[in-house]
Amino acid sequence: MDTDQLIRTLSADNAHRAPRVGAMLTMALLVAAPLSILIFATFLGVRPDVMSAMHNPFFDMKFAVTLSLAIPAIIISLHLSRPEALMRGWGWLLLLPVGLLAVAIGSEAMMAPAMPMTMRLVGKNSRWCMLAIPAMSLPLLAGALFGLRHGAPSQPALAGALAGLLSAGLAATLYASHCTDDSPLFVATWYTIATAVVTAVGAAVGSKVLRY
Amino acid sequence: MRGREDEWTGLMRSAMAGDDAAYHRLLRAVTPVLRAAARRGLARAGQPPDQAEDIVQEILLAVHLKRHTWDSEAPFAPWLFAIGRNKLIDALRRRGRRVFVNIDDYAETLPGETPQETASTGEVTAQLNTLPQRQRDVLQSIAVDSASIKDTATKFSMSEGAVRVALHRGLAALTAKLRDH
Repeated sequence: MDTDQLIRTLSADNAHRAPRVGAMLTMALLVAAPLSILIFATFLGVRPDVMSAMHNPFFDMKFAVTLSLAIPAIIISLHLSRPEALMRGWGWLLLLPVGLLAVAIGSEAMMAPAMPMTMRLVGKNSRWCMLAIPAMSLPLLAGALFGLRHGAPSQPALAGALAGLLSAGLAATLYASHCTDDSPLFVATWYTIATAVVTAVGAAVGSKVLRY
Repeated sequence: MRGREDEWTGLMRSAMAGDDAAYHRLLRAVTPVLRAAARRGLARAGQPPDQAEDIVQEILLAVHLKRHTWDSEAPFAPWLFAIGRNKLIDALRRRGRRVFVNIDDYAETLPGETPQETASTGEVTAQLNTLPQRQRDVLQSIAVDSASIKDTATKFSMSEGAVRVALHRGLAALTAKLRDH
């Protein structure tokens, strides 16, 4: 097939309209979310003292941190699904959860400590946290990668890492409602490790499956 | 330069609005530019320029299948050249590996004989033959016999909708095979 023939064939297919990447990503995440929620409901569940916990600003802060990771990661992953897109000018969005955590750690340090620092840091759930966040992330990560495959990222590994960040952010949001460790020190340590694992998996798989 | 690129953006907007002729004109207009860039890239990498056409065809397929990622408010050229650059890098990486393997093979079994660079017979054509019958028939009818969708539908006693589906699936499968082979 010579190039003129190929061009004629492509023109004949011009009527085909593909959905936008955002629509594909939304759909894929909506399909994946019930699986993650199922894992959550089966093995974890909302903590029993959730009503009183809601009056604790450090409990609420966990959701601010995880959502300030998930939402910017979704936005950036969609931006990067355009071939000419650069990370420049967008990366600072990922500093939002870092900044929030820093503020939270600072304000906790200024209060009279309820528990010694090592206990706040290690908590009661660190092992669960490291297991549960990646486990609940997996369906979401698969969905995110499926949705982003519809795009044309120039750096597939980077786009895959963003898929990891967004799925870890969403999974951590679920996990935060289960975990009774509310100290920002705990969140900064264990949530971060869990997120890093998922992000690394996302980058590794993304570098293979997000090539177009 | 500026005028040319503005013209491309205008054509792409019309194409996305459903103007097939504008799309055809756009693809024809960008092809020589892509070809020149592919030749330059191959030359810089010390590769024979006769493979440029394969790269051009891969770029055109990617442009086609990913055109929904183009933002119609943005200029078309940066989007196009980004795809062109990615496809060129992919192609060089793939060929680099293959050439290396070839040299190794020849060094072991046929000392003294230089590895023959196979003339580009058209990777698209080669992969076309691996498609399912129906998709291959439809693509060949439209590409090689320049039949319209309507004529193709009559020829194979299919509905026009089925021809369109086979056409699009064929193009998508072709692109996947080129990427992964």
